[in-house]
Amino acid sequence: MAEAAIATAASRPGLLADARRIWNDANGVQRAAICIAVLLLIVAAFAPFIAPHEPTAQSLIARLRPPFGFERYREGYLLGTDELGRDVLSRSLHGLQLTLILAALGATIGLVLGGALGLVSGIAGGLVDDIIMGAVDAQIAIPFTLIALLTLAIFGSSIEVMVLVLGLYGWEQYARIVRGEVRRLMAMPFIEAARAAGASGGRIAFRHVLPNAVSPLVVQFTLSISNIVLLESTLSFLGMGVQPPTATLGSMVGIGRDYLPTAPWIVVAPAVMILFVTFAVQILGDWLRDRADVRLRGR
Amino acid sequence: MLRHITRTLFKMVVTLFVIVTLVFFATRLSGDPIDYVVGQGITQEDRDLLTRYYGLDASIWEQYVRFLGSFIDGQFGLSFVERRPVAEIVAERIWPSLQLLLSGVSLTILVAVPLGILAAIHRSNWIGSTVMTIAFVGYAVPNFVLAIFMVLVFAFTLNWLPVVGNSTPWHFIMPTITLAGALIAALTRFTRNAMLDVLSQDFMRTARAKGLSEAVVILKHGFSNASITILSVLGLQIAGLAAAGNVVVEAIFAWPGIGDLLVNAAILRDFPVLQFAVLAVAFAVIIVNGLIDIAYAYADPRIRLGRA
Repeated sequence: MAEAAIATAASRPGLLADARRIWNDANGVQRAAICIAVLLLIVAAFAPFIAPHEPTAQSLIARLRPPFGFERYREGYLLGTDELGRDVLSRSLHGLQLTLILAALGATIGLVLGGALGLVSGIAGGLVDDIIMGAVDAQIAIPFTLIALLTLAIFGSSIEVMVLVLGLYGWEQYARIVRGEVRRLMAMPFIEAARAAGASGGRIAFRHVLPNAVSPLVVQFTLSISNIVLLESTLSFLGMGVQPPTATLGSMVGIGRDYLPTAPWIVVAPAVMILFVTFAVQILGDWLRDRADVRLRGR
Repeated sequence: MLRHITRTLFKMVVTLFVIVTLVFFATRLSGDPIDYVVGQGITQEDRDLLTRYYGLDASIWEQYVRFLGSFIDGQFGLSFVERRPVAEIVAERIWPSLQLLLSGVSLTILVAVPLGILAAIHRSNWIGSTVMTIAFVGYAVPNFVLAIFMVLVFAFTLNWLPVVGNSTPWHFIMPTITLAGALIAALTRFTRNAMLDVLSQDFMRTARAKGLSEAVVILKHGFSNASITILSVLGLQIAGLAAAGNVVVEAIFAWPGIGDLLVNAAILRDFPVLQFAVLAVAFAVIIVNGLIDIAYAYADPRIRLGRA
């Protein structure tokens, strides 16, 4: 069905033709990943309309009911209910939405912040370069989970702080990539020509250098979405992320683990959803990287 | 060589100093720590007493200097929660953490290096692609999800393995596998790529042309050259991954190590313990990185003989 849709769309040039080319290049696993990613995005975007119940609506007479097909199943709660009688399916859908929003925000902030620092570092050179790259080295040396835990403990676990923490995650990767590209490009004749023609530093940075660094940045962005989903769900799992009653996939697993022996379904639904997200994004990111990196072709 | 070591050590010290400073001032941003110790409803007198008790009456710069001094005299202050020296609390946690790390990293090396070599040799057939698929899957599974499913199957359904603590060898199985999961995936990839780089070198063909057996060619000529790259990866990537993974795994299985301590201190806002535990883990990672950097330089004759 998706193939037919893409085939009709491909008669028009532009983005859809690109989409079709990408689809044709993909192997089975990668096509599955594309489908899962699109499906997850749609489900997350329309979570409030798809979810059969309010994610925070409690029902004390319907606590810890198992999913469809098991004994004691309660009509209307397909994936069962949790310890407060809330619908696991509805909570998972809303949790997925929040998880993906947080991941997208975090990755974008990291891209802008790290990209800007890399750009400054590469163009300015000298002491500025030394300081920024020193910070990058320091950041690489310290596991980010520690910084995240410390920051959340200090500023409290609100959604705003969470976005800040996730935004800081991975900035050093963007900074390194952009700086490397800048240094490579700055030695090229066309940059010298632009400078000779009187272009300002800012114009060279945004008009000539940045567009050439886009492709490695896209790859890094995709991979960092997956890493951020992992980090966010880990922090929420540990109880340091988004606070109840708001749920992300990680916090559902974290809280539900107390009921693991008697009501494993509370944990299984969000855990499986996390797996779908990280698999799809990892596969796509990996594939993009292979396409972007000529040296890796054929491996 | 000496210059390289001096530079590495200098960078290590600067990084450590920056981290200590950042951690100190960051934990002071959160307002009056006394609020976390006792909450509301104490008299001003008691509050003043507690402020003096925890050494919070001095100016922030004095506190900072004292904090730096604590790395020399070993007095890292008192835990807000347990009211005993932080250094003592952390010291009790080091050995269990090391045990878990050692078993996790050993399992990783034992599994990942042979798998990586296998995947490199069989790069174009089903063995290679199967290994890489497994490695790929392992990398995308968050360690707490892996842990939850293992607990569900092996502890609650089959009743084979215990979940909480570290009292018997049986307690090691699930935490070790959880910790090793992501590490194995990462190291298998690195080993394979490092081996592929070496396998396409001219001296491999020469070694075969000399009539050496395939095993000698792969292991002696191939792996010993790839091992330098693998070693550096082990330091840079695996040390960080292992430290972060350790924190999560310990928290899941209530393993009485530094990671469990760290997460609990974060939840309870026990800042003296939190800052010291964070520093302890960060120091460990940076020092391991530095040592491996030096070992790497030693293994590379170009740096050892001072030409680079």
